[in-house]
Formats: sequence, C-alpha cells, structure tokens
Amino acid sequence: KYLGFLAFTFMGLGIRFPYFNILIQIGCGYLAFAFCHEKNPKSVSDQKPLGCWSVKHGQIITCPVVCNFETHEYIAVHDDKVLRIWNNKDINLDKVFKATLSADVYRVHSLPNGGPVVLFKGGGVRTLDVLLEAPQQEIENIISDEVIKWSEAFMEGQQPVLIFTTEKDGDFFVYIQKLKMNSLHRYKLEQQELSKPLSFTAYIKNQIITLLCLYSSDSVYKVLIPLQQNTEEEEQILSKSLLLNLSVSGSVLKGTSFVVLDKDHVAVLGSLAASGEESKECLTIWNTKFQTLQTSKELPLGTSGQLWCYEEKFFFTHGKVLTVIMYKCETSSLAAAVGKLKDSQTPDVSSYVNWNTLGDEELVVSFQSQQSVALKSESKMTVSYNSTVLKPMPCTSELHSICCFQDASTTAFEDELRQLMSKAQMPDFQATIGCVITALINRCKTNPKYYPRNFLLQIVQTRDLSYSLCPDLMAVALEKKDVHLLQICLQRFPDIPEEITYACLKVFLSISEAYLQRIDVNLESVICYIDIEFNNKEVKTEIVENGFSAELEQDIWDTKITKETHLTCDGEFCPVGPQKAALLNAVLHSAYSETFLLPHLKNLPAQQAVLFLRYLYYLYVKCSEKINTTLPGIRSPTINQIMDWMCLLLDAQFTVMVMLPDAKELLSNLHKFVRAQVRFYSELNKIEGSLRELQRLNHQKDSQTYSIEVLELI
Amino acid sequence: VYNFAANYFQEKVIPGHETRSVEALCWAAGDRLFGAGLSGDITEYDLALLCVARSVDGCGGPIWSMAANSSGTQLAIGCEDGSVKLFQVVPGGIQFERNLDRRKGRILCLSWHPSDTHIAAGSIDFLRVFDVCSGNSQIMVNYHVLKVRRECIVWSIAFLSSGTVITSDSFGRVQFWDWQRGTLMESHTVSTSAVLSLAVSEKEDSIIVGTSTGATYQFQLLPVKMGSLEKRWVRTKPFQHHTHDVRAVAHSSTALISGGLDAQLVIRPLMEKMQKKGYDAALRKFTFPHRRLVSCARKARLLLFQFSQHLELWRLGSTDETGKDGEVLPLCRMPEHLVQLKSKGPEHIYCSCVSPCGSWVAYSTASRFHLYRVQYEGDGISIKKVPKVPKLLLPAYQLQFSSDSGSLFVASARGSVHVLQLLEPGGCKHLHTFRPPSGSPEAVYLLASSADGHWLAAVGGDWAIHIYDLKCFKHHCTVPTYSCAVTALAIHPVTNNLVIAYSDQQLFEFSIPEKQYTAWSRMVQNCGLHRVWLERDSPITHITFNPKNPSHILLHDIYMFCVLDKSLPLPDNSALLMNQSTLKQLPETARQRQLHAFKICKKFQPLLFADLLDENCLVMVERPIMDIKTQLPLPIQQKKFGT
Repeated sequence: KYLGFLAFTFMGLGIRFPYFNILIQIGCGYLAFAFCHEKNPKSVSDQKPLGCWSVKHGQIITCPVVCNFETHEYIAVHDDKVLRIWNNKDINLDKVFKATLSADVYRVHSLPNGGPVVLFKGGGVRTLDVLLEAPQQEIENIISDEVIKWSEAFMEGQQPVLIFTTEKDGDFFVYIQKLKMNSLHRYKLEQQELSKPLSFTAYIKNQIITLLCLYSSDSVYKVLIPLQQNTEEEEQILSKSLLLNLSVSGSVLKGTSFVVLDKDHVAVLGSLAASGEESKECLTIWNTKFQTLQTSKELPLGTSGQLWCYEEKFFFTHGKVLTVIMYKCETSSLAAAVGKLKDSQTPDVSSYVNWNTLGDEELVVSFQSQQSVALKSESKMTVSYNSTVLKPMPCTSELHSICCFQDASTTAFEDELRQLMSKAQMPDFQATIGCVITALINRCKTNPKYYPRNFLLQIVQTRDLSYSLCPDLMAVALEKKDVHLLQICLQRFPDIPEEITYACLKVFLSISEAYLQRIDVNLESVICYIDIEFNNKEVKTEIVENGFSAELEQDIWDTKITKETHLTCDGEFCPVGPQKAALLNAVLHSAYSETFLLPHLKNLPAQQAVLFLRYLYYLYVKCSEKINTTLPGIRSPTINQIMDWMCLLLDAQFTVMVMLPDAKELLSNLHKFVRAQVRFYSELNKIEGSLRELQRLNHQKDSQTYSIEVLELI
Repeated sequence: VYNFAANYFQEKVIPGHETRSVEALCWAAGDRLFGAGLSGDITEYDLALLCVARSVDGCGGPIWSMAANSSGTQLAIGCEDGSVKLFQVVPGGIQFERNLDRRKGRILCLSWHPSDTHIAAGSIDFLRVFDVCSGNSQIMVNYHVLKVRRECIVWSIAFLSSGTVITSDSFGRVQFWDWQRGTLMESHTVSTSAVLSLAVSEKEDSIIVGTSTGATYQFQLLPVKMGSLEKRWVRTKPFQHHTHDVRAVAHSSTALISGGLDAQLVIRPLMEKMQKKGYDAALRKFTFPHRRLVSCARKARLLLFQFSQHLELWRLGSTDETGKDGEVLPLCRMPEHLVQLKSKGPEHIYCSCVSPCGSWVAYSTASRFHLYRVQYEGDGISIKKVPKVPKLLLPAYQLQFSSDSGSLFVASARGSVHVLQLLEPGGCKHLHTFRPPSGSPEAVYLLASSADGHWLAAVGGDWAIHIYDLKCFKHHCTVPTYSCAVTALAIHPVTNNLVIAYSDQQLFEFSIPEKQYTAWSRMVQNCGLHRVWLERDSPITHITFNPKNPSHILLHDIYMFCVLDKSLPLPDNSALLMNQSTLKQLPETARQRQLHAFKICKKFQPLLFADLLDENCLVMVERPIMDIKTQLPLPIQQKKFGT
C-alpha cells in the first residue's frame, strides 16, 4: 500500500554513519515506519527495521514524525489535532499517549537540546512541555488568513528560535519567534515580479539567520535577518540578493527543493530542461562563489521532489527506492570551479534500500558503486540480511566504516582495505586514502603493538600522497624506525617539514649498519656507483670504527686514525654501507629551505655530523670523477644537492668540527680537494677558448657527409 | 593528409606535379578535397587512389584563391583576371555556375559569409564584397583613398557571421572591418613585413595569423573587462616556430596549425583547451615525410635515394679497421655516386626501390612504371631500361623486391598487389595479382616480404593487414584490425613473425604460420610500453632484423634508432628509457641490473633511414636540417638585440 514518502527525520544525532537511525514516514499518512541500522559492527549492510507503527484506518498523519532527543520518544500528529507520543517498546499506536489539541498543528520541530516545539497553523508556538500541561489551552491566531509555507527551528545559544514563512495573495511574510523571550517579528519579503518562492531553507550563524529562497524564476535569493532586533517597528521589508542563477549553458534547472551544504555550496533537486529536450530530473551541486554547476547526477526514475541532507549525505527518493548519496565539499577554489581540479565532489556512492521487498518482512539491501549502476543496473549486488557473509564493494562508506572498526582483527581489516585499494577507481580516492592512513596511524598510536608495515608501504608506494595528507605517518615511522617507509616517504612526499627531514637524517645516521643489512631498502640510487661486493668489507671496518668511537677505545684512536683516514678520508671508499647510503640519498633528494633546516642541523651529534660529512665528501669526489659531474643511477644525488648539504652541514656544525680531532683530517682533506677543484676549473676557464675551438673542429669532422663510426649499444 | 586521430600520422601523400602548383586547398561536400593553383585548373583529388581524380579549367587565368561555402555545395575561385567564379559541387565533379562581377586586379583571397549570401574578396588595394544572388560587387575598402604610398596587398581574408571582415595585408596589419559600413573597427600591426595567412576558429572567437617573418599570432575576442558584454579582439599569443614565410594556417578546436616555406608543419596545442597531459598536449613539428624514401641493397651495399624527380644510386664506402665506441674509422674506399636517374615528365615520383643484389631499380610516377637493370663491370656501370614492362594499374604506391631479387611486388590501388617475376638478363613478366578477399577501395601503401620468399604482408589505406602465401598464390590470413594507422612492418627472417608498428607507437608481433599474436606481443600489451616511448613524436618508419640474433628487432624514427632485445625485460615507467649513457658509465657488474629491452641511440638526427647491412654493420642516413635550410631563400632579416 505504498503511496510515496512524506518525510523522514533523523534520530541518530551524535552517532556516526552508518549507524544512524532514520525515522521514515511512508505514504499519505497512514503508515509510519521507523527504520534503523542495527548497531552491530560486524557488517554495515546489516540493516533492519527497528519498528513499524501504523495509525488506524481513516486517520492521517498530518506532519512529519519527530523524535524527542531527550526522552527518545517519537511524536506524531494525526488528523491535525491529535498528538501521539510513544517509544520503541510500544507496538500499537492506538494504545499510546494521546492528546487532543485545540488548534491545527502545522509542524513539530525537535531541537537537540531544546525539546520539541509545536507550530500551529495559526502561527502560535508552544513548547511540547507547555502544551502537555494543558492540551486544550487556547492557541492564538497571529497570522489571520495567511498560510504557512515552511518552517524551521534553531537553537540560538540556549533559546529555541522558530522561523516560518507565510503567504497571502502573492505576498510572502517571514516570522521569527524567539520562544523564551516570547518575541515575534514579522517581515515582509521583497516582492519579485512574475515569480514567487517555491522552497526555503535557512541557517543561523553569528546571530544572523540566512534565509535562502528558491524562486520560480530559477534563481536562489539570499535574505539576511538579524536576530538582535529589539525595537518593535512597523512591518519591515526584507530585501533579498541574488545568490545563484540555476542555469548553465542554455539549460535551466527547475528546482523543487534545495539544501545548503557549506558556505559556498548548495544542492538543488529539480528537473534540468534544455531547450528542445525533454527535462530530466537530477540532483545538482552548485558553487555559489563562482556561480558554477559543480556536479550533477541524473535521476531517470523520478523523485518526490524532496531532498534531505544530513551529515554529508543526501537522502531522496529515486523511483521507489530511498537513495543515500554521500558528498564531500572541498574548499571551493577557482580551479575546482572551472573543472581543472580533479572533481572530488561527485556524489560517488549510493546506497539503496529497496522498499518493494519490505512486504515480505525481508530487507534487501544493496550497496554498489555508482559506476556499476551506470553500467548495468541488473548487476546489482543484492544481499539478504539473513546471510552471514557479506562481500563489501569498494565504496567510501565502507572505508568510513572500516575506519571505525578500530577493534577488528588486524588481518581481516587489512585484507578488506587491500581489497578496496585494488578495486577503487574513484575520483576522490586520494582524500579517502588520506583518511584511511590517518585512521591507521591513530590506531598505531593507541595500540603500540600494532604497525601494518607492509600495508603502509604499499599505500605510500602506489598512491601519490603528500605529507600534509597524513601528517602523523612519518612521525610514527620515525618512532618505529621503519627506515624503508621513511625512505619512500622522503622520495615521494613533496612537502616534508624540515624538522621531519632532520629527524629522518638523525635516525638514518644513528642506525647501525648491522641492523640495516637485515632490512630491505631501495638501493637503486646507490648501486650504480658503490661497488657492493667490495663495500661489504669496508662496512665491517666501519663497524669497528663505530665501536671505538663510542668512547670504548679512546686510547687506540690515535694509533688507528692514520690508517683509517687513508681508507675513508680521502673520499675513495664509501664511509657508509649501501643501505645507509641509499637512505642518506633520500634525505639529500628531499626539498628543504635552509633557514628552517639550519637550526635543526645544529643539534646533530658531532659523530653523526662527521660521518655525514664524510659521506658527502665521498659523493663529491665520486661526482668529480666524471666529466659531467653526475652520478649514474636513478634518484642519485646531484652535485648541487651534495654541495648545498655540505655547506649547510659545515655552517651548522663548524664550531664543533674544528674542535673535534677526528674531523680535522677530514676537513683538511676536503679543503685540499675543493682547492684543487677550484684551481682545476680556473685553469679550464683559461683554456676555454681553445677548447671551444677544438669542439668546433670536432663538429666539423662530425658534419662530414660520409663517415664510418663505431657504435656500441649495451 | 594528416590524420589527427592517429597521432597526426601523415596518412596520405599525393605526389606533386611540376606544372600544378597548389595555391589553395579546400574540403567541400563532406570529404572531397579540391585544390587550385596557378595552372588555372581546379583539381579534385581521389583520396583512396591518391591521385588527381579530375581537373577543370577555371578559364580565368591563374587561380589565387578558392573557398567553399559553408554547406560545401559551391566553390568560389579568385582568378588572375579579377573574376570570381562560382562552381557547383556535383556528384562526380564540379560544374561552372556563373561569373560574379569582374573588376581589374587579381583576387588573392576569398571568404564566404557563413550564411552563404555574400563573398568577401581581397585583391591589391581593394576589398570587395560580392552579393552571391545578384552577382554584383561593391567596393568595401579602397586603400587608395586611405592615402598609402605603396600598394596594399590583401593576403588573406575572413568573413565572420557577425558581419566582421578580417583582413591581413602586406603592411603587417590585421584589420577588422564592418562590411556594411565599410568602416575600420580595429587595426593591429603585428609585423613589419606581410601577414600572409589567417584562419578563424569555428566559434569565431579566436584567429591565428601567419607572417612572412615566420611568426604566428593568436587573436582572441575577449570582454573588455570581467563580465562586460563589450568584446574586443586582443592579440594574445605570439609564437615563432618558423624561419620563413608562414604560408598557411589552420585553427582546430584545440590547436593552432601553421605551415611554412621552411617545410615545417607545426601543431601548437591551446593549453587552455587541454584537460590532461597527453599526446595532444605537446607541440608537434613535422619536417620529414612519415614514409621511407631510401632503400638499401644489403648484399651489394648500395643505397637508392628518392627525390621528387630523380633517383640517386650510391655505393657505400668501406674501412679495414676496427675501433672503440665513438671512434671514427678511416675509410679505405670512399662512397661513390653511381648513377642519377632522372624521371622524365613533370610528375613526381611515388615510390622507388633497389633490389637486395643491387641489379634492379624500379620506380613509379602517377602514370608510368619503370624498371631498370643495372650491371656492374669492374668500376663501370651500365644501366638498361627493361622493355615491355607489363601494363599495370598505375600508379604503384610501394615497390618491394623479394630477398632473392627474383621478383618484384607492386602495391596498387583497391588493395591489390601485383607480383612480377624478374627474368635474366633483363625482362619481367606478370605472375599474379593478390586482392583482399573482401575487397577494399583503398590503395596499398606498405609491403613486407619474408626472407624465405613464402609470405607477403600488405597494408592498405583502410589499415587492414593482409598476408598472402607466395608459394600457392592465395590469401593466407588477415591480422586482427587495430584502430590506428600502420607506420612500418617487416617479417622476421627466422621466425616469420610479422612485426608491426602503429602510429600510436604500439608494437605488435604476429606469427604468420600460427595466424596469431605471439606470446611476446601479448606480454608487451599486458605490461604496456614505457611512457616515454609512447609519447614520442614521430612514427617508426622502418623495421629490420638481425638474422644472427633473432631476438633483436631494429627500429627507427626521425629522432632515434632502437635495438629492441626481446630477451630482456621491458622497462617499467620508473626506469630510464634512454639509458645508454648511464649504462656506459657503469661497471660491468652493475650493468646487468639496469639492462632493459630498449637500446636506444639518439646520436644520429634527423634520421631518414637505418638498415642493417650485415650482423655488425648498420647504415644510417641523416638529413641535416641545415642542408634543407641552405636551399631555402634567405629569411627576412630581423633585428635582434645584442647583434
């Protein structure tokens, strides 16, 4: 006996999706029905009705049923005057509390902290408490023969504020009622020729009510109504300003209802009519700042014309189905408005509840991504709530839910995430992944034993993330000394703060080579210039060196230093193992600003600073070997990076270095080498002219019309 | 004719004719291409047979300009004698309709109003507007009145639907006129020398002009200020891609296209119209044809160069020495120019080929096919024309000798390939003609024969690749169609795998005996080729193999030569594609890890041709741009700062 949806009310304030409870009112008033998600964290798709009530045959529910958030009771009005109050335990509506009022009710508004407020058709307002004390009390008529078109209630501070609009002979009036102060203001809405308001919505901010009106001229107007108005003046006329024109390149949107999403976005449900074409119903999101249509979704099966919005989700009826669409509004930028930015505001996931099967007492729920809907409607995945195994499809709500399952078992949880990662091709996946990582990291923080190393690595490697998207990731990796992840982050993130870069450097320098050898690190930046075979031996001597530098063998230092410096200080051999070198290369490659890095570098322990300088010196010598002063390989540091870091390190640590005996030799060698290089280049400069001449001669030889050359392709 | 959908592949080439200069080209009645020139003829081209379909005398002396109306039903030509003539485009040709009012002075440019009611024409010192219905003309602008000392040549004109007439003239001005009042609305001087060409975008909100200094400029119709309804033409973007006259420009919806006297075609994308980075978003320059103009006699070590009206046969020089990478070896024998064959008549050469043994040379023009027998006697050379060549359907679009030099394959119209048997001491006879089983209207433009003389692959203008069996003269199979133009193909001498390069830079390997793609080919398609490989500019124009190393495929385009080693792993996108210089710096041990299948050499540029002579000898033919430039007239001198 389904006829259509009238309204539904959300009850789960404070409880996160998808466990919200919605109270849905179906049909022209004779069936009321509450529908809830079970609070069972096992599966999101396990939804089932929590209760179902109906009024007696012949009675009609005349205004949307609301929930009293304080008492968790439902409030319904039938036959205009009869108030019913009941709770979840009640089964038969006939037997619940009943109060017959003296005047017709227009709507009941339920406020989170203020209790329900009843608005009567004559404009009178009472709180439910007052009304229940004396149900038959007389209700004044303040609007005479005007008809209420729309109403809304807010909490302003501690007091409920009710706003409603009325119409009389084409004139529209706005009433603002502050319940506690018992003040009523009446305004007249500025008239607009040839068009009248179809729908209203309002929000309150900084003591100002912003009323948005959707006019029949396909425009949205904005009206500002200050709350702080104490003077009882004559009827004021509210002027309005055009907020948005609902037309885009020749086609006009005939809006039926709309909601405000954030300061720059409104969503409008209506039918889009291009000239000469059949109009199509669709849900649209508009950017009011840039006056652009941000996105739209066609609804070919038709809607009831009503649109509700709650916690970043749209609710509307599409055909016989209640459709839930998630959205996300990003800060509006010009790039997003003109479509250059990847559009992530597309409503990308719809959850459907199929009402046709409700009669069988079985709820069929289907979750599916929008893409699959567009492709094949018959491929819907239908899952009966009785079945125990549910295969989640990739959708954002799933991700959200998974993030909420902080207690799910690690493997199961990772498996699901991985599955989603592999399937997801959604436009705003980037942002979602950011959320996922944040959730993972939060979990790592709360549970020190938990650290999904491989999974994090996989995400960072396969997605183009940035530091700002998951700021805590590197901090946790630093804590866990996960050098591989840090390496990948340094290579991939464009926006790492200098503090973190420094922290990575410190960790890399302090980790022992023996430990590093057991760890998988990406070596591609070093294999081309470090001979690994030979270096392994070198690393061993290095460990010995580390051993005595830790103040254990102070006395033999002096005897060893000469031998040691022969090996390491002339820059011929790499002072660190390939793993450490690869990690340091990642640091060298990351972007930084000197001013911000320098203060941190000053804190680097002296021994580590010397080791780092030694490595830089080695790289510098290695670079200078080649005529083009570049190191081979992928992501190997450039000579400029090496020189910049060397200067930076010397700037930061110079006073310490000159005092350190083991740095003396290194500094002097470095100085000698740099001096030699400078001399070499100045000599080169002198003979530049001759070289150029030689080159020219060479070129002439090249441009011979015929030659036989040797070409080696490896 | 370039195909934008196939990565700007130069898909069809209609060889020129000495006496038929082309001054104007236009598309009419759908996909029919018309040209007109100083010979006074209007020519319609057959795009399937790549030749002149028919030619009609315009009867007005040399034709300087031609334009089709918006519906493509009428052609207007502007003649030397000052007349504008209308022709009707009818099925199977064009029909003279009427003369419009004739005045003195050659009509250099024409443009129809989009409503087809008026034609604006530019000549020397005059701008005129013709009423198509009455045929009357009316002087819109008389430059004499404007008191200019020198004569003003209106080089190009465009008539917008708003009634604005845009002209470009020899004073370097781009001017916007109101045609009804004859008043100048805007004038922009863009150059000190002439502005030669002009094109308008379809939306009429942007134009491109080309100047004789090689610069092109974009003008856009923009609001005077944000949100204002008043719009003005603003010079927005200057480009300098040419060194000489920009004779032709076109404005596509996403790019500005210019062609100059410097033999370059430049496609400059409009970045604001680009949604994503891709092939279309990069600047493209075409200087060289996308087909092979050089053929090589491997065994005889000869090269045959095809020019527009003659052929040159060269013997390669040689050396006794060997050396290290990069060394230039001394020659013990200099290369030798053996013979120059001049094509008789005004027609340009379509294609040419030299046999692997070097003793046969064949070429074809639009109406004639020639086969020569070349004999080498010590240092001397004698060349004899083979008499009585079989009467074939001409022109031949591609010629290919079999590897044993025993037969010649002639690519012909309607998908057919003729097989001629070559006879000693100097004759030939027609053996067979292959035709695709389902027929094809398009001409065959590429041929490849197998080394064992068993297979022949032919590609037609419909991009279908047919493989014929030469042993029993029948159609063997068709390679699965791929929606892109084939740019080169060759059959492997050992495995009889057909390697195909497409204009979207994809490579396929098809086993002819098994009639299916090889496992390696499937693997390549699964893994995908390297991003840098796919983003390359120019198509692969030649494929060859190393018989000593069957896993090697040798390919080249204008900018690089590549040995594709099938035995090595494919590079992934993070790897360096051009890694030869890196590899050379590495010690032997470290090289192994860095090796991948593509061994690319960019030392020789622009590379016209590369072929393998024997297992360790390659021949490369470079065509230095400087050589082309020296043959061009001097560019207009421009003052540069600091010189």
